[in-house]
Amino acid sequence: MQDNLILRVIAKALIPIIFLYAFYVQFHGDFSPGGGFQAGVIFSTAILLYALVFGMDKAADVLTDKMLIGLASGGVLLYGGVGVASMLLGGNYLDYNVLADNPVTGQHIGIILIELGVGMTVASTMLLIFFSFARRMVFR
Amino acid sequence: MTEHISVLLIIIPLIAAPLMVIVNNTRFSWLVSLAVTAVCTYLSFVLMTDIQGGSEVHYAMGGWAPPWGIAYLIDPLNALVTFIVCLIALTTMIFARKSVDREIEAHAAPLFYAAFLLCFLGLVGICLTGDIFNMFVFLEISSLASYALIGMGKNRRALTASFHYLILGTLGATFFLLGIGMLLAATGTLNMQDLTGLLPAIENRPLLHTAFALIVVGLALKAAIFPLHLWLPNAYTYAPSTVSIFLSATSTKVALYALIRCLYDVFSFDYMLDSWLPQALLFIGTVAVIYGSWLAIGQNEVKKMLAYSSVAQIGYIVIGIGLLSDDGLRASLLHIFNHALMKGMLFMVAGVLVYRLNSTHYQSISGMGKRMPITFGAFIIGALSLIGVPGTVGFVSKWNLAQAALAQQQWMVVVVLLVGSLMAVIYCWKLIEVLYFQPASKSRISKVEQGGDSVARMPVGMIIAMWGLALLCIFFGFNTEMTLQGAQIAVDALYSARGITP
Repeated sequence: MQDNLILRVIAKALIPIIFLYAFYVQFHGDFSPGGGFQAGVIFSTAILLYALVFGMDKAADVLTDKMLIGLASGGVLLYGGVGVASMLLGGNYLDYNVLADNPVTGQHIGIILIELGVGMTVASTMLLIFFSFARRMVFR
Repeated sequence: MTEHISVLLIIIPLIAAPLMVIVNNTRFSWLVSLAVTAVCTYLSFVLMTDIQGGSEVHYAMGGWAPPWGIAYLIDPLNALVTFIVCLIALTTMIFARKSVDREIEAHAAPLFYAAFLLCFLGLVGICLTGDIFNMFVFLEISSLASYALIGMGKNRRALTASFHYLILGTLGATFFLLGIGMLLAATGTLNMQDLTGLLPAIENRPLLHTAFALIVVGLALKAAIFPLHLWLPNAYTYAPSTVSIFLSATSTKVALYALIRCLYDVFSFDYMLDSWLPQALLFIGTVAVIYGSWLAIGQNEVKKMLAYSSVAQIGYIVIGIGLLSDDGLRASLLHIFNHALMKGMLFMVAGVLVYRLNSTHYQSISGMGKRMPITFGAFIIGALSLIGVPGTVGFVSKWNLAQAALAQQQWMVVVVLLVGSLMAVIYCWKLIEVLYFQPASKSRISKVEQGGDSVARMPVGMIIAMWGLALLCIFFGFNTEMTLQGAQIAVDALYSARGITP
């Protein structure tokens, strides 16, 4: 599809907007419908569009398998880590109230971090699934 | 601290699994898995002794009070099952190192350990949670991990076995989820304690009957109860040895625990009594014992024989549940524990066979009994236990089951118990004859360290794990007090929570 000028121009124009929308859904997750899961999927569609239009190899050059696996695991670690942090600070697991002096601020911090972890894992896992179906994937 | 243990049992493997993926080193992964399962075994033992001592644990996730948030409620029943899962996971990990090196490709081995820990955490989560939707989530975590684990088997048929299991397992999970959805629609809550209180008021609504049927069928599929057992034999046969050991000893047991929890705790005892279910469970259990044993006799492959024998042994547990008495339930819990010990150990024997002889077919292991005394010594203990010879754990649970059946004058059940034991004698004897009384087909074990498709020396880890479980089989066969008391306390707690004095 690299030869199709219209597709290339439109994709280039759309991709930043999709990223922006993904971040909007990500960071408004605590107030409005949305959150890490939806944001992660939207984020990954921008890269999928890039890979479809400009070729798989270019996308894979930027986002290597190793990096995606790291991000996917890192998201889970971030999620678990927030829970452990709240336990160490004297609350129950995932009790965000204790993360800051003010419980409301604590809830904000907790939710943002958790959703970030979810978003990271979902986006990179979506891409991993796409890449490994699109070509044979070799670990390392 | 005891409170936090309940959630630590899930967090520790949850943190360890992604770490292993990032580090991506096989030796590191094995060491971490071993450490994690050892710590979890210790923690669950502390938790169990604490709970049996009379304390109660309510843990509110995220500080949200129970009916709204997810609550973990630990009573003697799930503390016992959790301990079983942790203990088996620990022995499996002691066994695993060399077996995984041989059966799993090197680049996938760290991922294998990570998936193993995820499966383990899912099973522990099912046991610990007090929220029925959370239970479904953990059921899916453990199932998804186990599909991946089974698919890693060396034989290419592992993929079809895994896919078969995936289809049936997803069906079961969907039924379970639909049932949960209906319960939520009927009551507006997902907390199991809350459901217990709310359900009697709406006992006669068709919605509730439908939910009941869906939940029972869904969990029965996961537990491989007789007509729904079709995924089990191939999944256990073609999975890597480590996976067969762990899944055969724990996954069906945990699904049975979930069934017990839903039947006795969520739906009331009286609700069950009015339904057709107890008779159906008794009938299905008896058929499963005969059918599973019959097919086990016909097999000529060790793992498959053990898998069909599992179908039969699950039948015994189902009979105990169907008897609807405290004695019956106690026998079921005992058998859950005892069968986990002996089946785990027997699958370890099969794992050693794969490791050393590269085959578990009868014709290629004939005459090996005298050449591999350590392995088959353990096998004979396991076989005696499957049959139910006094002095082994198998006898203890069968004796209790027979007593419970006699107390209700269920003569059919007693007869089936006897026939099932006799059939176990046949299928175990068939293998023993192949091992000891037939000439060795090929002298494949040699003194070299490693060569061709045979390996001469048995790794120390395998001996420790296998004989550890074998000695436990005998120990709990003679010292019945500990297990009996544990099961009795669990049953009493379940009954007293419902306000029934047994």
